[in-house]
Amino acid sequence: MPPTLRPTTAQPLSPHLQIYRWTWTMAMSVFHRITGTALYGGSALVAIWLVALASGPAAYGWVAWFFGSIAGQLVLFVYTWILMHHMLGGLRHFVWDFGHGLDRERRLWLARGTLIGSIVLTILIWALALTLR
Amino acid sequence: MVDNRQNTNLTMRTPRSRVKGLGASGHGASHWWLQRLTAASNAPLMVAFVVVIALMAGRPYAEAVALMSHPIVALILILAVISVTLHMRIGMQVIIEDYVHDKGLKIVSLFANNFYAVIVAVSCLYAILRVSLGKLV
Repeated sequence: MPPTLRPTTAQPLSPHLQIYRWTWTMAMSVFHRITGTALYGGSALVAIWLVALASGPAAYGWVAWFFGSIAGQLVLFVYTWILMHHMLGGLRHFVWDFGHGLDRERRLWLARGTLIGSIVLTILIWALALTLR
Repeated sequence: MVDNRQNTNLTMRTPRSRVKGLGASGHGASHWWLQRLTAASNAPLMVAFVVVIALMAGRPYAEAVALMSHPIVALILILAVISVTLHMRIGMQVIIEDYVHDKGLKIVSLFANNFYAVIVAVSCLYAILRVSLGKLV
């Protein structure tokens, strides 16, 4: 056994997320990682769709049937929103990376704008896609 | 980037290290930089991707293949797949490094992350090329 052992009593840890009051910037930061993770998993759906298209009409028929179903349409709708949220979140980070919008008012509105903008863009995309069909 | 620190004498780094601009491993900021680079390319490519998906929706097989065979559509999708899979690979690596503390599990997760990103990338690229080049033969 090494001469210096770790103390067996519970040591105080540095404070983490749970002790802080939730703020807009914090919530949108956490949500940026969640949406990124969701898109990471969702990329498999894109791969399945493309491979089905390359495999022939039978395979494509199954995938097209799923994405055309209510469950599939719901997945695509949520996917659109998550994509738009992550995209606007990334653009927000670009603004911050260049040293702009870091004061209290602007960083709050940039964070709120990410959520509001993603909802508006998602509805706009689906409204356009459904009316132009 | 502008060095906007108040007093550069407060840093632990040597002047030579600052001039060289390199971290301990020699590529300290490369992932950070690639994440921003691919974020910038992702933004317009994802807008185009959404348009392609909207155009594809509900089309019969022959029309979907014809649309995918268009060089502009195929090129947009190829660029999007490369940009997105690079971006998501290093993004997930950061998440694993932040939250997975067990050494063995961390290594397994990092391996799995790389395999997943490559499998998604190669599957998509193969499918796009197969569909878009198939018509010419």
